[in-house]
Amino acid sequence: MLLGPNIVWYLGIAAFLFATGAFGVLVRRNPLIVLLSLEIMLNGANLALISFSRHAGNGAGQIFALSVMAVAAAEVCVGLGLIVALHRRRLALDVDELSELRG
Amino acid sequence: MLAISAGGVIVWIVWVAAGFACLASGLAVVSFTNPFFSALALIGNLASLAVLYLLLSAEFVSAAQVLVYAGAVMVMFLFVTAYVGPRREPPWISGPSWQALAAVLACGAIFVEIIVAIGLKASGRLGESAHVGGDFGTPAWIGRLFLTDHLLAFEITSIVLLVAAVGGVILGSHTRRAGAGRHDPEGAAG
Repeated sequence: MLLGPNIVWYLGIAAFLFATGAFGVLVRRNPLIVLLSLEIMLNGANLALISFSRHAGNGAGQIFALSVMAVAAAEVCVGLGLIVALHRRRLALDVDELSELRG
Repeated sequence: MLAISAGGVIVWIVWVAAGFACLASGLAVVSFTNPFFSALALIGNLASLAVLYLLLSAEFVSAAQVLVYAGAVMVMFLFVTAYVGPRREPPWISGPSWQALAAVLACGAIFVEIIVAIGLKASGRLGESAHVGGDFGTPAWIGRLFLTDHLLAFEITSIVLLVAAVGGVILGSHTRRAGAGRHDPEGAAG
């Protein structure tokens, strides 16, 4: 059995982390901090997955969490590459000023 | 009986400490102006999440979290933050403050929605967790799952990582000829 708090408390933390990350993605303008906020959202989802995995006694949630980690690493790789490319081209690190692709 | 309740109290104490650290560092990541401090706060967030994973008997995921995230990804983050260097920080929000208000409302709506959904289900199904064996979450167990039931996910993850690595190299390679003419008249003339 699960010692300590019920699974619901873990899900509450996961929901709060997801909402915090979503707020950061919506409000912040520095692309580095937008990436960090995305990581917080992914971690909230990971915590929910692992909580449900423990609750159901099924390993698929942990496998999914590990896959999410790998996808997050890929996302950080591409995102940081974009930021370095922006820096090389002397563009402002501000997601609202990057409107070259606007049609 | 006394030993079980004492163990429960210890787990509660660890959970409260890790959960509070998790929430506080999450808020800190979003609210710091300097991306360097945000990245450091995210390391704290990942470490406290690893403690929560341990409480949920996900030992291998916890270790992978510390190794992959706090070890590799955050080092890359700090390196790029240092490479980009101190810049004029863009303000928190652009445009009128109703955008911030809308963001707060949207995130509050997400949070309340998830909590209500959990609360509706919690009365029935989320009460008692399943009993798990001693090998739940161990590396051998995860490895067996990855190489039998979830082999396709494993292989696709490796392909995604490979594609991301190639994309990162291409994005980071020198594009001096294409980028020189934008803001550098001398480069365009030469």
